[in-house]
Amino acid sequence: MTVLSVENLILSYRSGREWREVVHNVSFTLGRGEMLAFVGESGSGKTTTAQAIIGLLADNARRDGGSIRLNGEDLSQWSAKRLDSLRGARISLVPQDPGNSLNPVKTVGAQVGEILRLHQKIEKAECERQVLALLTKVGLSHPDQRMKQFPHQLSGGMKQRVLIAIAIALRPDVIIADEPTSALDVTVQKRILDLLDVLRRESGTAVLFVTHDLALAAQRADRLLVFRNGEVQEHGATADVVRAPQHAYTRQLLSDVQGQRLTIAPVSGRSLASPAIQAIGISKRFALGKGHQLQALDNVSFAVQRGSTHALVGESGSGKTTLARILLGFEQANSGQVIIDDINATTLSHEARRQLRQKIQFVYQNPFASLDPRQTLFQIIEEPLKNFARLSKAECAARVENVTRRVALPPELLTRTARELSGGQRQRVAIARALILEPTILVLDEATSALDVTVQAQILALLQQLQQQLGLTYLFITHDLATVRRIAHSVTVLRSGNVVEHGTVDTLFSAPQDDYTRELIAAIPHFSQKEYA
Amino acid sequence: MSLVDYAAAARRRVPAWRGLRWQPGLWLAWTVIAIAALSAIAPGVFTHFSPVEGIAGAQRLAPQADYWLGTDQLGRDVYTRIVYGASHSLSAALVAVAMGLFIGTATGVIAGAFAGRVESVLMRLVDVLLAIPSLLLSLTVIILLGFGTVNAAIAVGVASIASFARLARGEVVRIRHTDYVEAAFGSGGTFWTVLWRHILPNSLTAVLAFATLQFGQAILALSTLSFLGYGTPPPIPEWGLLIAEGRNYLSTAWWLTTFPGLVVIAVVLATNRISRQLSGGRP
Repeated sequence: MTVLSVENLILSYRSGREWREVVHNVSFTLGRGEMLAFVGESGSGKTTTAQAIIGLLADNARRDGGSIRLNGEDLSQWSAKRLDSLRGARISLVPQDPGNSLNPVKTVGAQVGEILRLHQKIEKAECERQVLALLTKVGLSHPDQRMKQFPHQLSGGMKQRVLIAIAIALRPDVIIADEPTSALDVTVQKRILDLLDVLRRESGTAVLFVTHDLALAAQRADRLLVFRNGEVQEHGATADVVRAPQHAYTRQLLSDVQGQRLTIAPVSGRSLASPAIQAIGISKRFALGKGHQLQALDNVSFAVQRGSTHALVGESGSGKTTLARILLGFEQANSGQVIIDDINATTLSHEARRQLRQKIQFVYQNPFASLDPRQTLFQIIEEPLKNFARLSKAECAARVENVTRRVALPPELLTRTARELSGGQRQRVAIARALILEPTILVLDEATSALDVTVQAQILALLQQLQQQLGLTYLFITHDLATVRRIAHSVTVLRSGNVVEHGTVDTLFSAPQDDYTRELIAAIPHFSQKEYA
Repeated sequence: MSLVDYAAAARRRVPAWRGLRWQPGLWLAWTVIAIAALSAIAPGVFTHFSPVEGIAGAQRLAPQADYWLGTDQLGRDVYTRIVYGASHSLSAALVAVAMGLFIGTATGVIAGAFAGRVESVLMRLVDVLLAIPSLLLSLTVIILLGFGTVNAAIAVGVASIASFARLARGEVVRIRHTDYVEAAFGSGGTFWTVLWRHILPNSLTAVLAFATLQFGQAILALSTLSFLGYGTPPPIPEWGLLIAEGRNYLSTAWWLTTFPGLVVIAVVLATNRISRQLSGGRP
């Protein structure tokens, strides 16, 4: 039975005085209890389409044509006021970022109660009883206590559970889940999606799942709708799409997601030589005030062989970024030693530490924040050179151009500012900046996790190629085990500041020793074309 | 607009000239400022009367064809006096803003860049300055320095140091914690090169936009001081002084106070509008 049907939907955004069409002729249907996934990169129109369905288009957007029918009624002709009575009751939304979607000054219970009292007249006691039942249903621990707590006292996963409780409160026909787990750790992501599955089966609610992660969509959804540039590229049952994709773009997405192994044998033949990075017994405590302390790292040791890629894996709060900052000298460890390229970095003077930066360079997670918005790309890439060597202008320009070509950026972009580039191009600039000093070690902090899958695959391929050409050593910090399997040689798994497991990629994935590692591996969204064949 | 709004607006970074065609208010603002600046530079182009010498037998005439904005009690053309007053009012305001901009911004940048004890000491001093009402502070300074145009400008400038310091420090601290500043240290930059290449250029956008706003405020403050008799001495035609002189004849010669008042209002509003454009805010 069809709950929602959308026909020839056309949506436009205003830029300046002109309207630009961003969603072209999108049609689909959603049956009762079904899960349909919108898959696409950022800017592909998937979120705009979802917003149009729930009547929450941005101020500078409009519907130019098409119809949206919920149980046969055409919503597109409804007034804003009439839509208000529908939102929450018949269509509800699970937003992307649980951190920003709850009111910080109201208790969790009051916020769940709000939706109940908005749409129906009930007594206070009855309302509280229903809130408690809902929070129990979404699996929040100690719901009777939690409902009196404020959002800042809950973790990201718990907040998302509360938002799901709000979304299912009135048993809507359709739930729109817009990237509901992309701000969460992998293990939490798995639990939240399992919960959505259970609720969907129990009450027959249809779910519209918006995501950039094709693997996740393929694993969870009944049907897929692949978006690109505002057009539906592919539409069909998950098994069909995965087994026999009709469109070239879908094929590319599938191959990017499945990701053949990119790793090759470590480049350096001197495997007996000393490690490039050695961390010995590093501990770090942060003072939390009132005498409380947070043990961010507890006696962590590992070593990275020259010319290889070592992955540091952990969820948020595991201390992996703190460890990287200690290696780079942005933070000081309370105890332990860091040895980089046979130099003990723990006892260096300020100037010696600066000189060491020629050997170890860093690439940040967010390419939008790590480039100065006022500089041109040439200035950004040239800057490290200016810090160390006095080169003539021509020599500088030659080296900048050389490294730009290495990271496959068109040289004519060099006069632009970072603002004019896409995320993938920005990350290439950041890599070029890190490479211009010809370092031996590159530390990459979640360097691909802010990028779309296709771009992510390109950057990983680039990194692999650079490693081969230049014999670089990578320390790859990430929460994403799927990426680790593709690029790393060895892995250290961190959990709340402790090393849980350590080993080569092959042994870690084939025979994980620790429960936590097993849980992490199980949480990777996976599917294979063979399964459907 | 508070300081916080200012910093926030500057962060939005709408390119300054985009959509200028559709903003008649902005055009008007620039026109007002251009005319004011021209009359300050070359007042002779706009009028052939003398701003100081009265015309015999033409006392307190209402606005008419010969005397567009009327004449005052000594037979001086009010329009001419306003035109010549521009140079005094605007240059004094410029001096006042320049003082606040340089001393205040330097204080803020030093405080923001060298966190720790230097910052605490400087910012507590700024807090002390902020705690005193700005008019009271200006009056105190001018009584210490003596009356006069330049001294009035200094007095107004001193009163604005604190807000400039606050804004500059806030911006520097914000920029200092961005990824790109850390990346600059990470690629081997020393403290001074990073300060010069990244922190200063990025934090000064908001400060410069605030300076334009402060220019309008300074004209008002200077007019207030002249009105109270602490600023420019007569017979120099400063705008605040014109208003003060005319107030004795308010019942019989309304044009003596009204027109200089309108000019001050127009210039202040125009600078506010331009300041908002520079900081990238909405029209």
